[in-house]
Amino acid sequence: MSFQRIQEKLKILADAAKYDVSCSSSGSKRTNTTKGLGDSSGMGICHSYTEDGRCVSLLKILLTNHCIFDCAYCVTRKSNDIKRAAFKVQEVVDLTINFYRRNYIEGLFLSSGIFKNADYTMERLVAVAKKLRKEENFNGYIYLKSIPGASDELMREAGLYADRLSVNIEIPTESGLKKLAPDKNREDFIKPMAKVKNEIIQYKAEKKIIRSTPKYAPAGQSTQMIIGASGENDFQIMQTSNHFYRNFNLKRVYYSGYVPISYDDRLPKIGSEVPMLRENRLYQTDWLMRFYGFDVSEILNEQHQHLDLDIDPKLSWALRNLHEFPVDVNTADKRMLARIPGLGMRSVHKILNARRFRRLNWEHLKKIGVALNRAKYFMVCDSNQFEKRDLTSEKIKGFILQNSNSKYRSALSNQLSLFG
Amino acid sequence: MQSKTLIYDGTFDGFLCAVFHIYEYKLKDVFIKNKFSVQSQLFSNIENIITETEKANRVWNGIKNKTSRTGSYQLYYTFLSEKEGVENIMLDAMRYILGSNVNSDKDYSHPSILQMAQIAKMVGREKHRIEAFVRFKLTKDHIYFANIEPDFNVLPLIIKHFKSRYADQKWLIYDIKRAYGIYYDLENAEIMNIELPSGFNFSKTDSDYFSEEEFEFQKLWQDYFKSTNIESRKNMKLHTRHVPKRYWKYLSEKQPD
Repeated sequence: MSFQRIQEKLKILADAAKYDVSCSSSGSKRTNTTKGLGDSSGMGICHSYTEDGRCVSLLKILLTNHCIFDCAYCVTRKSNDIKRAAFKVQEVVDLTINFYRRNYIEGLFLSSGIFKNADYTMERLVAVAKKLRKEENFNGYIYLKSIPGASDELMREAGLYADRLSVNIEIPTESGLKKLAPDKNREDFIKPMAKVKNEIIQYKAEKKIIRSTPKYAPAGQSTQMIIGASGENDFQIMQTSNHFYRNFNLKRVYYSGYVPISYDDRLPKIGSEVPMLRENRLYQTDWLMRFYGFDVSEILNEQHQHLDLDIDPKLSWALRNLHEFPVDVNTADKRMLARIPGLGMRSVHKILNARRFRRLNWEHLKKIGVALNRAKYFMVCDSNQFEKRDLTSEKIKGFILQNSNSKYRSALSNQLSLFG
Repeated sequence: MQSKTLIYDGTFDGFLCAVFHIYEYKLKDVFIKNKFSVQSQLFSNIENIITETEKANRVWNGIKNKTSRTGSYQLYYTFLSEKEGVENIMLDAMRYILGSNVNSDKDYSHPSILQMAQIAKMVGREKHRIEAFVRFKLTKDHIYFANIEPDFNVLPLIIKHFKSRYADQKWLIYDIKRAYGIYYDLENAEIMNIELPSGFNFSKTDSDYFSEEEFEFQKLWQDYFKSTNIESRKNMKLHTRHVPKRYWKYLSEKQPD
């Protein structure tokens, strides 16, 4: 392959793909049984991290950045005056294999601008995946984008070679989508997502009867929403997210703070700040939903439509629900332990294990790694020293903020001065 | 009574034999030390331990019967940390585990058990990092070569991972600090001592030894690494937390142009 041409294409098409935040390579088991190349154990590996601190696990590129659509939030939109390029199928295969052999990556993340039509584009993406699996005997991770509007037959084939499929809904509300991407409608996103969901359900059922049923998208599917481009509040965002988790069995919903890339009036101006703190709070809420046993309506509802920026959502929930505390760590059940601010799931497991042997006191908890500066207001343990004052939520919040050093302090003081 | 120091040969089996010895002679006040870490033998009461596989196996099986799988691998991981004094933490943990009627390897309120879990975690993290940070370079004789300098002795832990992943290419991973490597010849992956050319520069790719295409792929990888970064989200603190500086010198993407 011609080095210089590849080099130029790679620069353009990696740059265009970088706004997709997902780079996960976990959740798929592909054992290398035929002495081929690659083996996925189910655990993802980040081979490097970019200077913005994001994981580099997959070779993340577009097949092409030619696109027939004109979505305002997207760099590759038709009306944008940028350099265009397109990889050949074989070029992507060669790059993937050679990067993989050097232990640079876990596999390929392939997306694309839409050229001609949805099926034509999807066909090319599937061709790359097929070639990697069939000709190169490649067992690494393959992540394909489902092109909105692609046919069921192609989605079926895609899942046979890919580990994960995803289609980005991009804008959390339908009205926002109408405004920013008039060519697209939500139906087109939903259709391939629904097809993949049903195929996965069918695969799991068949596998129980016939073990050798060919794998279908073993790492499931995911989606991404852009945050802060079209004026939604946190309540709307998490409602949408919850809807997709529930109805499409998604593995992940990603939240991507909008990076201004356009002078379009409908969008935040170039130079305005990426809402990273807000993004972080949304991820924390997502985690509380998926791993901590919270229902989304406990955190965000009609009364509380915005997440606090200065404190994390769990602390915020606890301060609104002081009647649930203090919790006794030596007797409380797992569900309640997980609700104490300052306790992560790892600490919860350590506590559950350790307290079978003796009653735990502050010293034990500190060594186990509990963030006591937050947790101490919400729990009691085997000690007669505990918070005895009848503190109000505001007081507790004040104490905690005084004694903590948020990495977002500078961002916070900026944003708070708006209201102050 | 004066405390006693047992010196073992630096192997895991050797360490287990020292534990065997302690149980055999019911020693109380005792230190276990690696023969490479002992400098002065003047003042202490010293005994050299001979490594016998059979004794080691007896101790190891005893431990396995008393622990979960996690417990026994944590013990091994802790050993590979090579941290000073780690033998006595392990001894203390083993005494507690062996002396207890219930499975107690998850009693994180016991200081040595907790410490062991924490050290094992560090070693596990280093293993995972090395699996991520190995950068193979293709040599002229078609071997994918990588050198590493891990904080802990994790080479024995990563063999399986690389063997199942790169089954169809010859590869060699060399630990510079401990001067040994693993070589996979398309059949077996074995630990061996490896002679490298004198004056071999580990942080450079020398065209005397490496294939021509190697330079192109390194360049492509560097370009990719730059293009995939979002400048307006730059966060070097986060970057260096994930990729600590001590690993930079062998990462192709972190080399100056």
